[in-house]
Amino acid sequence: MSKGFLEIENLSQRFPQPDSSDLMTVFEGVDVTINKGEFVCLIGHSGCGKSTILNVLAGLATPTDGNVIMDNKEITGPSLDQGVIFQNHSLLPWLSARDNVMFAVRARWPNWSKAKRLEHAERYLHMVGLDHAMDRKPAQLSGGMRQRVGIARAFAIEPKLLLMDEPFGALDALTRGVIQEELLKIWSETHQTVFMITHDVDEAILLADRVLLMTNGPHAQVAESVKIDIPRPRERATLHQNDAYYPIRNHLVDFLVNGAKEMSAKAQAAAARGDNPRHSPRIVNPAKPEASPEPGPRMVRAV
Amino acid sequence: MLSNLNFRATVLSLVMLVVFLGVWQLATAPEVIAPQQGELSEYEQLMGGGADRSSSSGIPAPTQVFSHAFGELSNPFYDAGPNDKGIGIQLAYSIYRVLLGFALAALIAIPLGFVIGMSPLLNKAFDPYIQILKPISPLAWMPLALFVIRDSNMSAIFVIFICSIWPMLVNTAYGVASVRNDWLNVAKTHQLSNLRTAFTVILPAAAPTILTGMRISIGIAWLVIVAAEMLVGGTGIGYYIWNEWNNLDLASVIFAIIMIGIVGFLLDASLAQATKFVRYAD
Repeated sequence: MSKGFLEIENLSQRFPQPDSSDLMTVFEGVDVTINKGEFVCLIGHSGCGKSTILNVLAGLATPTDGNVIMDNKEITGPSLDQGVIFQNHSLLPWLSARDNVMFAVRARWPNWSKAKRLEHAERYLHMVGLDHAMDRKPAQLSGGMRQRVGIARAFAIEPKLLLMDEPFGALDALTRGVIQEELLKIWSETHQTVFMITHDVDEAILLADRVLLMTNGPHAQVAESVKIDIPRPRERATLHQNDAYYPIRNHLVDFLVNGAKEMSAKAQAAAARGDNPRHSPRIVNPAKPEASPEPGPRMVRAV
Repeated sequence: MLSNLNFRATVLSLVMLVVFLGVWQLATAPEVIAPQQGELSEYEQLMGGGADRSSSSGIPAPTQVFSHAFGELSNPFYDAGPNDKGIGIQLAYSIYRVLLGFALAALIAIPLGFVIGMSPLLNKAFDPYIQILKPISPLAWMPLALFVIRDSNMSAIFVIFICSIWPMLVNTAYGVASVRNDWLNVAKTHQLSNLRTAFTVILPAAAPTILTGMRISIGIAWLVIVAAEMLVGGTGIGYYIWNEWNNLDLASVIFAIIMIGIVGFLLDASLAQATKFVRYAD
């Protein structure tokens, strides 16, 4: 197996519990490979540790076990190579939209002239359609506009890996749709490697090359890697007309409604038996059912 | 025009002022023996009944106070010896002491508060001392200050320093400690150095809280300077009041009280204005 751009190896997270000496295993043995330029979405129920995985990738959390290699270097802490877009935008409220992006650009390229930084920041704000609102403070922007500034800020530093934690979770459906398309547009121009957490199956199908499905915690696993076999450019309006759309959607929804729980029970039983929890996600392509399931070990990865 | 709230409030304020001055004027008019001034007869007893009875109570009428105020304010900076200086000079001494003590306190409280706010360890370690030192009346330090510093002017400044330091220290530490984690994560993901994080993220985030502490401090300092100057004497508005009381010049006392209020208001308003520059809507 060739080394990918981002290698998540045997990642586990356990937390101490308040009323017991045993550690609570949130997820364990996660092996995932992400290629350069890939757009990967992670879906799972609340509490399965999605955000913890993202925080590990961002360098903001330290896993109990395992490690993450990006571009042949281990991730040991936050850096400008990993851009993060949080759900609650996390813009600095005392800075205007432009200055928020400038803040990031300055951190990335401290030696640039002010004019160059300004030009760079405004280019990205232009990409997200905020030409008219650059001077406004976050409080004077709508929720959607704030999230756009967050996107501009994250893309502007041109990170190797862009991490998004339910970036559109707090937005209304109409705004979300518009920003998803803007995100697609920027992504198609920049081809960032993106790792995004979402709750929204349709959002994942629209955006992702691949959707990782997580079982419920404790002992959560990244059980499946579902290929989104729909050609780009994709558009929200016509997406559902693609033959692959419904098989993929049904597969994802079925997993979330039934599979996540069943597989979680199996994983917990396996953990109780003391099996090696290390696993790679099963590769699934619902659009071509004859091609799956791919044969191969599920619980232990052949190295 | 009557629907405008500000206008109506102004009218009401003026009405209250006129009514108050009217009652005052009537109550201090020579021919009226005011029955409601029980406390003043006590004052008269204290004075051994020797107060000037030409006005019924010894309290000057507002007209007297105003004509006196006009006289003082038309020449505020005269200096005719240690016990006879213009009101402007006295106020300038007090403001100088307050600003110097306050500035010294800010110089220590804000950086120290910053460090305490950023370190949970220091926060816990300093907390018992702050909690015990904070409620001490600043004037209680005066004898110690006089003994150690051996200079009455510097002792007054020290008293201002010691009373200004706590609100600024506590507010700065609180403001710094409660900077949102999201913003700190922004600093981390942008690989800012600790110093840059302190100046570009924590300082602007905590600035409104710090300014609130400064505003509380300057208010307390202005309260305390009057009492401190009454103790140390020499110069300043507190000394002026005490001196005029010894002269039994109540018109000057009342005039000085009003001037203290006005200066205190201006000090507070200037910091309120400064707060506007750093405030942000979240």
